[in-house]
Amino acid sequence: MTSRSDVKVAINDLSFYYGKYQALKNITLPLHRNKVTAFIGPSGCGKSTLLRVLNRIYEIYPNQYAEGEILLDGENILARDVDVTLLRARVGMVFQKPTPFPMTIFDNIAFGLKLYRHYPKSELEDRVEHALKRSALWDEVKDKLHVSGTALSGGQQQRLCIARSVAIEPELILFDEPCSALDPISTAKIEELINELSEEYTIAIVTHNMQQASRVSDYSAFMFLGELIEFDVTEKLFTAPSKQHTENYITGRFG
Amino acid sequence: MSGIYRRRRLRSFIFMSLSVAATVFGVGWLALILGTLFYQGFTGIDLATFTQSTPPPGSTGGLLNAIVGSLLMSFIAVVVGTPIGLMAGTWLGEYGRHRKLGFVVRFLNDILLSAPSIVLGLFVYDVMVLSLGHFSGWAGAVALATIVIPVVVRTTENMLLLIPNTLREAAAALGATRSIIIRQVTWRAAQAGIVTGVLLAIARISGETAPLLFTALNNQFWSTDLNAPLASLPVSIFQMAMSPYADWHRLAWSGAIIITLAVLILSVTARSLQSRRGDGA
Repeated sequence: MTSRSDVKVAINDLSFYYGKYQALKNITLPLHRNKVTAFIGPSGCGKSTLLRVLNRIYEIYPNQYAEGEILLDGENILARDVDVTLLRARVGMVFQKPTPFPMTIFDNIAFGLKLYRHYPKSELEDRVEHALKRSALWDEVKDKLHVSGTALSGGQQQRLCIARSVAIEPELILFDEPCSALDPISTAKIEELINELSEEYTIAIVTHNMQQASRVSDYSAFMFLGELIEFDVTEKLFTAPSKQHTENYITGRFG
Repeated sequence: MSGIYRRRRLRSFIFMSLSVAATVFGVGWLALILGTLFYQGFTGIDLATFTQSTPPPGSTGGLLNAIVGSLLMSFIAVVVGTPIGLMAGTWLGEYGRHRKLGFVVRFLNDILLSAPSIVLGLFVYDVMVLSLGHFSGWAGAVALATIVIPVVVRTTENMLLLIPNTLREAAAALGATRSIIIRQVTWRAAQAGIVTGVLLAIARISGETAPLLFTALNNQFWSTDLNAPLASLPVSIFQMAMSPYADWHRLAWSGAIIITLAVLILSVTARSLQSRRGDGA
Protein backbone atom coordinates (compact mmCIF):
# COMPACT_ATOMS: atom_id res chain seq x y z
CA MET A 1 0.00 0.00 0.00
CA THR A 2 3.00 2.28 -0.02
CA SER A 3 2.19 3.34 -3.55
CA ARG A 4 -1.00 5.06 -2.36
CA SER A 5 -0.58 8.71 -1.75
CA ASP A 6 -0.68 9.96 1.82
CA VAL A 7 -3.18 12.57 0.70
CA LYS A 8 -6.75 11.28 0.57
CA VAL A 9 -8.35 14.53 -0.48
CA ALA A 10 -6.65 17.45 -2.16
CA ILE A 11 -8.64 20.68 -2.09
CA ASN A 12 -7.24 23.02 -4.75
CA ASP A 13 -8.11 26.67 -5.09
CA LEU A 14 -11.68 26.16 -3.87
CA SER A 15 -14.12 29.07 -3.81
CA PHE A 16 -17.74 28.88 -2.79
CA TYR A 17 -20.69 31.18 -3.27
CA TYR A 18 -24.06 31.60 -1.61
CA GLY A 19 -25.63 33.54 -4.47
CA LYS A 20 -23.34 36.55 -4.81
CA TYR A 21 -21.75 36.17 -1.40
CA GLN A 22 -18.38 34.49 -1.51
CA ALA A 23 -18.05 32.24 1.53
CA LEU A 24 -14.81 30.48 0.64
CA LYS A 25 -11.82 32.17 -0.96
CA ASN A 26 -9.29 30.07 -2.85
CA ILE A 27 -8.84 27.37 -0.26
CA THR A 28 -6.02 24.91 -0.84
CA LEU A 29 -5.58 22.15 1.69
CA PRO A 30 -4.94 18.40 1.93
CA LEU A 31 -6.83 15.84 4.04
CA HIS A 32 -4.43 13.09 4.98
CA ARG A 33 -5.40 9.46 4.70
CA ASN A 34 -6.57 7.87 7.98
CA LYS A 35 -5.98 11.11 9.83
CA VAL A 36 -8.36 13.49 11.54
CA THR A 37 -8.31 17.05 10.24
CA ALA A 38 -10.05 19.72 12.30
CA PHE A 39 -11.44 22.96 10.90
CA ILE A 40 -11.49 25.72 13.45
CA GLY A 41 -12.34 29.40 13.33
CA PRO A 42 -15.01 31.85 14.47
CA SER A 43 -18.64 31.54 13.35
CA GLY A 44 -19.12 32.44 9.72
CA CYS A 45 -15.52 31.72 8.74
CA GLY A 46 -16.64 29.09 6.22
CA LYS A 47 -15.54 25.93 7.97
CA SER A 48 -18.96 24.26 7.80
CA THR A 49 -19.32 25.45 4.22
CA LEU A 50 -16.05 23.76 3.36
CA LEU A 51 -17.33 20.53 4.84
CA ARG A 52 -20.57 20.79 2.89
CA VAL A 53 -18.68 21.06 -0.37
CA LEU A 54 -16.88 17.79 0.25
CA ASN A 55 -20.05 15.72 -0.28
CA ARG A 56 -21.79 18.33 -2.42
CA ILE A 57 -24.69 18.42 0.02
CA TYR A 58 -25.03 22.14 -0.73
CA GLU A 59 -26.51 21.18 -4.09
CA ILE A 60 -29.91 20.45 -2.57
CA TYR A 61 -30.36 24.21 -2.22
CA PRO A 62 -30.61 26.65 -5.11
CA ASN A 63 -28.07 29.39 -5.83
CA GLN A 64 -25.09 27.78 -4.15
CA TYR A 65 -22.08 26.82 -6.18
CA ALA A 66 -18.43 25.90 -5.89
CA GLU A 67 -15.42 26.67 -8.06
CA GLY A 68 -12.08 24.95 -8.05
CA GLU A 69 -11.11 21.38 -7.60
CA ILE A 70 -11.43 18.71 -4.95
CA LEU A 71 -9.52 15.55 -5.73
CA LEU A 72 -10.70 12.45 -3.89
CA ASP A 73 -8.04 9.85 -4.65
CA GLY A 74 -7.17 11.90 -7.69
CA GLU A 75 -10.70 12.20 -9.06
CA ASN A 76 -12.27 15.65 -9.16
CA ILE A 77 -15.54 15.30 -7.25
CA LEU A 78 -16.74 18.73 -8.35
CA ALA A 79 -16.79 17.60 -11.98
CA ARG A 80 -20.18 17.85 -13.59
CA ASP A 81 -20.42 14.19 -14.51
CA VAL A 82 -19.84 12.88 -10.98
CA ASP A 83 -22.86 11.00 -9.64
CA VAL A 84 -23.53 12.74 -6.31
CA THR A 85 -25.37 9.70 -5.01
CA LEU A 86 -22.28 7.56 -5.42
CA LEU A 87 -20.09 10.37 -4.13
CA ARG A 88 -22.14 10.48 -0.92
CA ALA A 89 -21.69 6.75 -0.52
CA ARG A 90 -17.94 7.44 -0.40
CA VAL A 91 -18.21 10.55 1.77
CA GLY A 92 -20.36 10.19 4.88
CA MET A 93 -21.56 13.05 7.04
CA VAL A 94 -22.61 13.51 10.65
CA PHE A 95 -24.43 16.69 11.57
CA GLN A 96 -24.52 19.12 14.44
CA LYS A 97 -27.87 17.98 15.72
CA PRO A 98 -28.53 14.26 15.82
CA THR A 99 -30.87 13.42 12.95
CA PRO A 100 -32.37 9.97 13.50
CA PHE A 101 -34.98 9.11 10.90
CA PRO A 102 -38.52 8.49 12.18
CA MET A 103 -38.13 4.71 12.01
CA THR A 104 -36.70 1.90 14.11
CA ILE A 105 -33.04 1.78 15.13
CA PHE A 106 -32.56 -1.14 12.77
CA ASP A 107 -34.22 0.63 9.85
CA ASN A 108 -32.21 3.79 10.50
CA ILE A 109 -29.09 1.83 9.63
CA ALA A 110 -30.63 -0.42 7.00
CA PHE A 111 -31.93 2.69 5.19
CA GLY A 112 -28.51 3.60 3.81
CA LEU A 113 -27.54 0.01 3.09
CA LYS A 114 -30.69 -0.62 1.05
CA LEU A 115 -29.99 2.39 -1.12
CA TYR A 116 -27.09 0.65 -2.80
CA ARG A 117 -27.74 -3.05 -2.83
CA HIS A 118 -30.36 -5.61 -2.02
CA TYR A 119 -29.10 -7.66 0.88
CA PRO A 120 -30.45 -11.00 2.08
CA LYS A 121 -32.06 -10.60 5.49
CA SER A 122 -29.27 -12.29 7.43
CA GLU A 123 -26.55 -10.25 5.77
CA LEU A 124 -28.49 -7.06 6.41
CA GLU A 125 -28.73 -7.99 10.07
CA ASP A 126 -25.01 -8.70 10.20
CA ARG A 127 -24.16 -5.39 8.65
CA VAL A 128 -26.44 -3.45 10.98
CA GLU A 129 -24.90 -5.21 13.96
CA HIS A 130 -21.39 -4.53 12.70
CA ALA A 131 -22.13 -0.83 12.18
CA LEU A 132 -23.63 -0.52 15.66
CA LYS A 133 -20.65 -2.28 17.21
CA ARG A 134 -18.28 -0.07 15.26
CA SER A 135 -20.07 2.96 16.74
CA ALA A 136 -20.02 1.67 20.30
CA LEU A 137 -23.80 1.58 20.44
CA TRP A 138 -24.51 -2.14 20.07
CA ASP A 139 -24.48 -3.04 23.76
CA GLU A 140 -26.96 -0.29 24.56
CA VAL A 141 -29.46 -1.06 21.81
CA LYS A 142 -29.11 -4.75 20.93
CA ASP A 143 -32.32 -5.61 22.80
CA LYS A 144 -34.36 -2.79 21.30
CA LEU A 145 -33.46 -2.68 17.64
CA HIS A 146 -37.13 -2.31 16.79
CA VAL A 147 -37.69 0.71 18.97
CA SER A 148 -37.87 4.09 17.23
CA GLY A 149 -34.50 5.77 16.77
CA THR A 150 -35.99 8.99 18.05
CA ALA A 151 -36.51 7.39 21.47
CA LEU A 152 -32.76 7.27 22.16
CA SER A 153 -30.87 9.89 24.17
CA GLY A 154 -29.06 12.68 22.33
CA GLY A 155 -25.65 11.06 22.61
CA GLN A 156 -27.03 7.70 21.52
CA GLN A 157 -28.82 9.33 18.59
CA GLN A 158 -25.56 10.88 17.46
CA ARG A 159 -23.80 7.52 17.64
CA LEU A 160 -26.73 6.06 15.69
CA CYS A 161 -26.07 8.67 13.02
CA ILE A 162 -22.40 7.73 13.01
CA ALA A 163 -23.36 4.06 12.70
CA ARG A 164 -25.62 4.95 9.79
CA SER A 165 -22.69 6.57 8.00
CA VAL A 166 -20.25 3.83 8.86
CA ALA A 167 -22.68 1.14 7.65
CA ILE A 168 -22.25 2.10 4.02
CA GLU A 169 -18.46 1.98 4.39
CA PRO A 170 -17.46 5.43 3.22
CA GLU A 171 -13.85 6.44 2.72
CA LEU A 172 -14.14 9.87 4.24
CA ILE A 173 -16.43 10.92 7.11
CA LEU A 174 -17.35 14.54 7.73
CA PHE A 175 -18.33 15.66 11.21
CA ASP A 176 -20.04 19.04 11.47
CA GLU A 177 -19.78 20.08 15.13
CA PRO A 178 -20.96 16.61 16.18
CA CYS A 179 -20.84 17.31 19.90
CA SER A 180 -22.21 20.82 20.18
CA ALA A 181 -25.64 19.52 21.28
CA LEU A 182 -24.28 16.89 23.66
CA ASP A 183 -23.28 16.69 27.32
CA PRO A 184 -19.61 16.14 28.29
CA ILE A 185 -19.95 12.39 28.81
CA SER A 186 -21.56 11.82 25.43
CA THR A 187 -18.96 14.15 23.93
CA ALA A 188 -16.13 12.07 25.37
CA LYS A 189 -17.67 8.93 23.85
CA ILE A 190 -17.96 10.53 20.42
CA GLU A 191 -14.38 11.79 20.58
CA GLU A 192 -13.12 8.35 21.48
CA LEU A 193 -15.12 6.96 18.62
CA ILE A 194 -13.66 9.46 16.17
CA ASN A 195 -10.20 8.38 17.24
CA GLU A 196 -11.03 4.73 16.67
CA LEU A 197 -12.68 5.41 13.33
CA SER A 198 -9.61 7.22 12.05
CA GLU A 199 -7.83 3.87 11.88
CA GLU A 200 -10.10 2.96 8.98
CA TYR A 201 -11.40 6.23 7.63
CA THR A 202 -10.18 9.67 6.74
CA ILE A 203 -11.99 12.19 8.93
CA ALA A 204 -12.72 15.89 8.75
CA ILE A 205 -14.30 17.62 11.72
CA VAL A 206 -15.62 21.12 12.25
CA THR A 207 -15.55 22.25 15.86
CA HIS A 208 -15.91 25.38 17.94
CA ASN A 209 -14.17 23.74 20.81
CA MET A 210 -10.41 24.31 20.81
CA GLN A 211 -9.74 21.58 23.31
CA GLN A 212 -11.73 19.18 21.22
CA ALA A 213 -9.74 20.05 18.13
CA SER A 214 -6.48 19.49 19.97
CA ARG A 215 -7.74 16.23 21.49
CA VAL A 216 -9.10 14.53 18.41
CA SER A 217 -7.23 15.84 15.42
CA ASP A 218 -3.89 15.18 13.77
CA TYR A 219 -4.05 18.23 11.53
CA SER A 220 -5.81 21.52 12.03
CA ALA A 221 -6.87 24.27 9.69
CA PHE A 222 -7.61 27.74 11.04
CA MET A 223 -10.03 29.69 8.89
CA PHE A 224 -11.14 33.28 9.03
CA LEU A 225 -13.67 35.12 6.85
CA GLY A 226 -13.62 32.47 4.16
CA GLU A 227 -9.87 32.22 3.97
CA LEU A 228 -7.52 29.55 5.17
CA ILE A 229 -5.12 31.32 7.52
CA GLU A 230 -3.01 28.41 8.62
CA PHE A 231 -2.87 24.67 8.18
CA ASP A 232 -0.49 22.47 10.12
CA VAL A 233 -0.01 19.47 12.33
CA THR A 234 -2.38 20.06 15.25
CA GLU A 235 0.34 20.01 17.88
CA LYS A 236 2.33 22.61 16.02
CA LEU A 237 -0.67 24.81 15.26
CA PHE A 238 -1.71 24.86 18.90
CA THR A 239 1.70 25.29 20.46
CA ALA A 240 3.69 27.28 17.94
CA PRO A 241 1.44 28.78 15.30
CA SER A 242 3.29 30.59 12.57
CA LYS A 243 0.68 33.34 12.17
CA GLN A 244 -0.16 35.94 14.78
CA HIS A 245 -3.83 35.71 13.79
CA THR A 246 -3.96 32.02 14.65
CA GLU A 247 -2.29 32.57 17.97
CA ASN A 248 -4.74 35.30 18.89
CA TYR A 249 -7.64 33.00 18.13
CA ILE A 250 -6.46 29.87 19.91
CA THR A 251 -5.42 31.80 22.97
CA GLY A 252 -8.86 33.38 23.10
CA ARG A 253 -7.80 36.93 22.43
CA PHE A 254 -10.55 37.33 19.86
CA GLY A 255 -13.51 35.52 18.31
CA MET B 1 -49.89 50.37 49.69
CA SER B 2 -49.35 53.09 47.15
CA GLY B 3 -52.15 54.36 44.97
CA ILE B 4 -50.40 53.51 41.76
CA TYR B 5 -50.17 49.88 42.78
CA ARG B 6 -53.85 49.70 43.70
CA ARG B 7 -54.83 51.30 40.39
CA ARG B 8 -52.69 48.80 38.55
CA ARG B 9 -54.35 45.91 40.35
CA LEU B 10 -57.79 47.31 39.65
CA ARG B 11 -57.01 47.70 35.96
CA SER B 12 -55.64 44.18 35.85
CA PHE B 13 -58.81 42.88 37.50
CA ILE B 14 -61.09 44.69 35.06
CA PHE B 15 -59.15 43.38 32.12
CA MET B 16 -59.33 39.81 33.39
CA SER B 17 -63.07 40.14 34.10
CA LEU B 18 -63.72 41.28 30.54
CA SER B 19 -61.80 38.32 29.17
CA VAL B 20 -63.70 35.91 31.38
CA ALA B 21 -67.04 37.49 30.48
CA ALA B 22 -66.33 37.23 26.76
CA THR B 23 -65.28 33.60 27.13
CA VAL B 24 -68.40 32.72 29.13
CA PHE B 25 -70.59 34.48 26.56
CA GLY B 26 -68.99 32.65 23.63
CA VAL B 27 -68.85 29.22 25.21
CA GLY B 28 -72.34 29.71 26.60
CA TRP B 29 -73.87 29.92 23.14
CA LEU B 30 -71.95 26.85 22.10
CA ALA B 31 -73.24 24.98 25.14
CA LEU B 32 -76.78 26.08 24.34
CA ILE B 33 -76.49 24.90 20.75
CA LEU B 34 -75.08 21.54 21.80
CA GLY B 35 -77.62 21.21 24.62
CA THR B 36 -80.57 21.82 22.30
CA LEU B 37 -79.08 19.48 19.73
CA PHE B 38 -78.53 16.67 22.23
CA TYR B 39 -81.96 17.11 23.80
CA GLN B 40 -83.85 17.22 20.51
CA GLY B 41 -81.66 14.70 18.77
CA PHE B 42 -81.50 11.97 21.36
CA THR B 43 -85.23 11.99 22.09
CA GLY B 44 -85.94 11.19 18.46
CA ILE B 45 -83.18 8.67 17.75
CA ASP B 46 -84.02 4.96 17.71
CA LEU B 47 -83.12 1.79 15.88
CA ALA B 48 -85.33 2.69 12.93
CA THR B 49 -83.20 5.79 12.36
CA PHE B 50 -80.38 3.51 11.26
CA THR B 51 -82.36 0.72 9.58
CA GLN B 52 -85.06 2.46 7.52
CA SER B 53 -85.08 5.00 4.75
CA THR B 54 -86.87 8.34 4.51
CA PRO B 55 -90.53 7.77 5.39
CA PRO B 56 -93.51 9.50 3.84
CA PRO B 57 -94.68 12.15 6.29
CA GLY B 58 -96.76 10.62 9.03
CA SER B 59 -95.24 7.13 9.08
CA THR B 60 -92.16 5.73 10.76
CA GLY B 61 -88.83 5.72 9.03
CA GLY B 62 -85.18 6.59 9.36
CA LEU B 63 -82.10 8.04 7.75
CA LEU B 64 -80.43 4.89 6.43
CA ASN B 65 -80.47 6.07 2.81
CA ALA B 66 -79.02 9.45 3.79
CA ILE B 67 -76.32 7.92 6.01
CA VAL B 68 -75.26 5.46 3.32
CA GLY B 69 -75.35 8.18 0.64
CA SER B 70 -73.18 10.46 2.75
CA LEU B 71 -70.73 7.67 3.51
CA LEU B 72 -70.51 6.69 -0.16
CA MET B 73 -69.89 10.19 -1.43
CA SER B 74 -67.48 11.11 1.35
CA PHE B 75 -65.57 7.90 0.80
CA ILE B 76 -65.16 8.55 -2.91
CA ALA B 77 -64.28 12.20 -2.29
CA VAL B 78 -61.53 11.17 0.14
CA VAL B 79 -60.23 8.36 -2.05
CA VAL B 80 -60.03 10.73 -5.02
CA GLY B 81 -59.00 13.86 -3.17
CA THR B 82 -56.35 12.52 -0.80
CA PRO B 83 -53.77 11.30 -3.35
CA ILE B 84 -54.17 14.45 -5.44
CA GLY B 85 -53.92 16.68 -2.39
CA LEU B 86 -50.99 14.71 -1.01
CA MET B 87 -48.98 14.88 -4.21
CA ALA B 88 -49.76 18.55 -4.82
CA GLY B 89 -48.92 19.39 -1.20
CA THR B 90 -45.69 17.45 -1.59
CA TRP B 91 -44.80 19.39 -4.70
CA LEU B 92 -45.42 22.64 -2.82
CA GLY B 93 -43.58 21.61 0.32
CA GLU B 94 -40.61 19.86 -1.29
CA TYR B 95 -40.09 20.76 -4.92
CA GLY B 96 -41.80 24.10 -5.46
CA ARG B 97 -40.61 25.70 -2.26
CA HIS B 98 -38.06 28.04 -3.79
CA ARG B 99 -39.90 28.67 -7.05
CA LYS B 100 -42.15 31.47 -8.20
CA LEU B 101 -44.64 28.92 -9.49
CA GLY B 102 -44.85 27.50 -5.98
CA PHE B 103 -45.95 30.87 -4.71
CA VAL B 104 -48.66 31.09 -7.37
CA VAL B 105 -49.93 27.57 -6.70
CA ARG B 106 -50.02 28.21 -2.95
CA PHE B 107 -52.01 31.38 -3.52
CA LEU B 108 -54.50 29.62 -5.80
CA ASN B 109 -54.90 26.83 -3.29
CA ASP B 110 -55.60 29.34 -0.54
CA ILE B 111 -58.34 30.85 -2.69
CA LEU B 112 -59.81 27.41 -3.30
CA LEU B 113 -59.55 26.67 0.41
CA SER B 114 -61.60 29.68 1.37
CA ALA B 115 -63.98 29.61 -1.60
CA PRO B 116 -67.63 29.34 -0.53
CA SER B 117 -68.57 25.71 -1.02
CA ILE B 118 -71.67 26.67 -2.96
CA VAL B 119 -69.38 28.05 -5.65
CA LEU B 120 -67.66 24.67 -5.91
CA GLY B 121 -71.10 23.06 -6.10
CA LEU B 122 -72.10 25.39 -8.93
CA PHE B 123 -68.90 24.59 -10.77
CA VAL B 124 -69.55 20.85 -10.60
CA TYR B 125 -73.19 21.43 -11.55
CA ASP B 126 -72.01 23.24 -14.65
CA VAL B 127 -69.31 20.73 -15.55
CA MET B 128 -70.96 17.44 -14.63
CA VAL B 129 -74.67 17.75 -14.01
CA LEU B 130 -75.42 19.86 -17.08
CA SER B 131 -73.24 17.86 -19.41
CA LEU B 132 -74.52 14.49 -18.17
CA GLY B 133 -78.07 15.79 -18.04
CA HIS B 134 -78.94 14.57 -14.56
CA PHE B 135 -78.02 14.87 -10.89
CA SER B 136 -75.87 12.05 -9.58
CA GLY B 137 -73.94 10.70 -6.61
CA TRP B 138 -70.77 10.95 -8.68
CA ALA B 139 -71.28 14.67 -9.14
CA GLY B 140 -71.79 15.01 -5.37
CA ALA B 141 -68.62 13.06 -4.70
CA VAL B 142 -66.62 15.22 -7.11
CA ALA B 143 -67.97 18.39 -5.51
CA LEU B 144 -66.88 17.10 -2.10
CA ALA B 145 -63.48 16.11 -3.53
CA THR B 146 -62.91 19.70 -4.64
CA ILE B 147 -63.26 20.63 -0.97
CA VAL B 148 -60.99 17.82 0.24
CA ILE B 149 -58.13 18.63 -2.14
CA PRO B 150 -57.18 22.14 -0.94
CA VAL B 151 -57.45 21.09 2.70
CA VAL B 152 -55.10 18.15 2.17
CA VAL B 153 -52.74 20.25 0.03
CA ARG B 154 -52.51 22.84 2.76
CA THR B 155 -51.95 20.50 5.69
CA THR B 156 -49.50 18.34 3.73
CA GLU B 157 -47.45 21.36 2.77
CA ASN B 158 -47.52 22.80 6.28
CA MET B 159 -46.49 19.51 7.83
CA LEU B 160 -43.64 19.08 5.35
CA LEU B 161 -42.43 22.61 6.07
CA LEU B 162 -42.24 21.69 9.75
CA ILE B 163 -39.80 18.87 9.02
CA PRO B 164 -36.32 20.25 9.70
CA ASN B 165 -34.03 20.45 6.69
CA THR B 166 -31.36 18.64 8.67
CA LEU B 167 -33.40 15.47 8.29
CA ARG B 168 -33.46 15.86 4.50
CA GLU B 169 -29.75 16.64 4.50
CA ALA B 170 -29.03 13.58 6.62
CA ALA B 171 -30.84 11.35 4.15
CA ALA B 172 -29.24 13.08 1.15
CA ALA B 173 -25.82 12.68 2.79
CA LEU B 174 -26.31 8.91 2.71
CA GLY B 175 -26.89 9.14 -1.01
CA ALA B 176 -30.68 8.99 -1.05
CA THR B 177 -32.38 10.55 -4.05
CA ARG B 178 -35.08 13.19 -3.72
CA SER B 179 -37.96 10.76 -4.13
CA ILE B 180 -36.56 8.32 -1.57
CA ILE B 181 -36.03 11.14 0.91
CA ILE B 182 -39.64 12.22 0.47
CA ARG B 183 -41.25 8.80 0.52
CA GLN B 184 -39.20 7.19 3.25
CA VAL B 185 -38.17 10.07 5.47
CA THR B 186 -40.16 13.28 5.25
CA TRP B 187 -43.56 11.71 4.61
CA ARG B 188 -42.97 9.39 7.50
CA ALA B 189 -41.92 12.22 9.76
CA ALA B 190 -45.00 14.20 8.71
CA GLN B 191 -47.32 11.19 8.73
CA ALA B 192 -49.42 12.03 11.78
CA GLY B 193 -49.93 15.59 10.59
CA ILE B 194 -50.90 14.52 7.09
CA VAL B 195 -53.40 11.97 8.42
CA THR B 196 -54.78 14.70 10.67
CA GLY B 197 -55.33 16.84 7.60
CA VAL B 198 -57.28 14.07 5.89
CA LEU B 199 -59.44 13.56 8.99
CA LEU B 200 -60.15 17.26 9.18
CA ALA B 201 -61.08 17.22 5.51
CA ILE B 202 -63.56 14.39 6.19
CA ALA B 203 -64.96 16.35 9.11
CA ARG B 204 -65.30 19.36 6.86
CA ILE B 205 -67.20 17.59 4.05
CA SER B 206 -69.44 15.54 6.29
CA GLY B 207 -71.45 18.63 7.12
CA GLU B 208 -71.37 20.30 3.72
CA THR B 209 -74.82 20.92 2.25
CA ALA B 210 -74.31 23.55 -0.42
CA PRO B 211 -72.11 21.57 -2.81
CA LEU B 212 -74.53 18.63 -2.70
CA LEU B 213 -77.73 20.59 -3.24
CA PHE B 214 -77.44 20.75 -7.00
CA THR B 215 -75.04 17.90 -7.64
CA ALA B 216 -76.27 14.83 -5.80
CA LEU B 217 -79.62 16.47 -5.09
CA ASN B 218 -81.49 14.08 -2.78
CA ASN B 219 -83.34 10.81 -2.87
CA GLN B 220 -86.25 9.70 -0.69
CA PHE B 221 -85.61 6.07 -1.39
CA TRP B 222 -82.95 3.52 -0.67
CA SER B 223 -80.31 3.78 -3.39
CA THR B 224 -76.61 3.18 -3.84
CA ASP B 225 -76.66 4.02 -7.53
CA LEU B 226 -74.05 6.71 -8.01
CA ASN B 227 -75.39 7.52 -11.46
CA ALA B 228 -78.67 8.68 -9.98
CA PRO B 229 -79.57 11.34 -7.42
CA LEU B 230 -78.33 10.24 -4.03
CA ALA B 231 -79.47 11.13 -0.52
CA SER B 232 -77.07 12.65 1.99
CA LEU B 233 -77.42 13.61 5.64
CA PRO B 234 -76.96 17.37 5.30
CA VAL B 235 -79.38 17.73 2.38
CA SER B 236 -81.92 15.45 4.08
CA ILE B 237 -81.69 17.56 7.22
CA PHE B 238 -82.22 20.67 5.15
CA GLN B 239 -85.24 19.23 3.36
CA MET B 240 -86.84 17.76 6.48
CA ALA B 241 -86.25 20.83 8.60
CA MET B 242 -87.92 22.99 5.96
CA SER B 243 -90.96 20.70 5.79
CA PRO B 244 -94.12 21.29 7.83
CA TYR B 245 -94.16 17.76 9.32
CA ALA B 246 -93.28 17.23 12.98
CA ASP B 247 -91.95 13.68 12.51
CA TRP B 248 -89.63 14.93 9.73
CA HIS B 249 -88.40 17.63 12.10
CA ARG B 250 -87.53 14.95 14.59
CA LEU B 251 -85.58 13.03 11.95
CA ALA B 252 -83.73 16.22 11.01
CA TRP B 253 -82.60 16.60 14.62
CA SER B 254 -81.47 12.99 14.66
CA GLY B 255 -79.48 13.55 11.48
CA ALA B 256 -77.92 16.67 12.97
CA ILE B 257 -76.73 14.82 16.02
CA ILE B 258 -75.32 11.96 13.95
CA ILE B 259 -73.24 14.43 11.92
CA THR B 260 -72.16 16.34 15.01
CA LEU B 261 -71.00 13.21 16.79
CA ALA B 262 -69.18 11.99 13.68
CA VAL B 263 -67.37 15.32 13.33
CA LEU B 264 -66.62 15.34 17.06
CA ILE B 265 -65.06 11.88 16.92
CA LEU B 266 -63.01 12.85 13.86
CA SER B 267 -61.78 16.03 15.51
CA VAL B 268 -60.82 14.31 18.73
CA THR B 269 -58.97 11.62 16.78
CA ALA B 270 -57.22 14.29 14.72
CA ARG B 271 -56.27 16.18 17.87
CA SER B 272 -54.82 13.16 19.60
CA LEU B 273 -52.86 12.27 16.47
CA GLN B 274 -51.53 15.79 16.28
CA SER B 275 -50.37 15.83 19.87
CA ARG B 276 -48.50 12.60 19.22
CA ARG B 277 -46.73 14.21 16.30
CA GLY B 278 -43.74 15.07 18.48
CA ASP B 279 -42.28 11.60 18.41
CA GLY B 280 -42.68 11.37 14.66
CA ALA B 281 -40.12 14.04 13.85
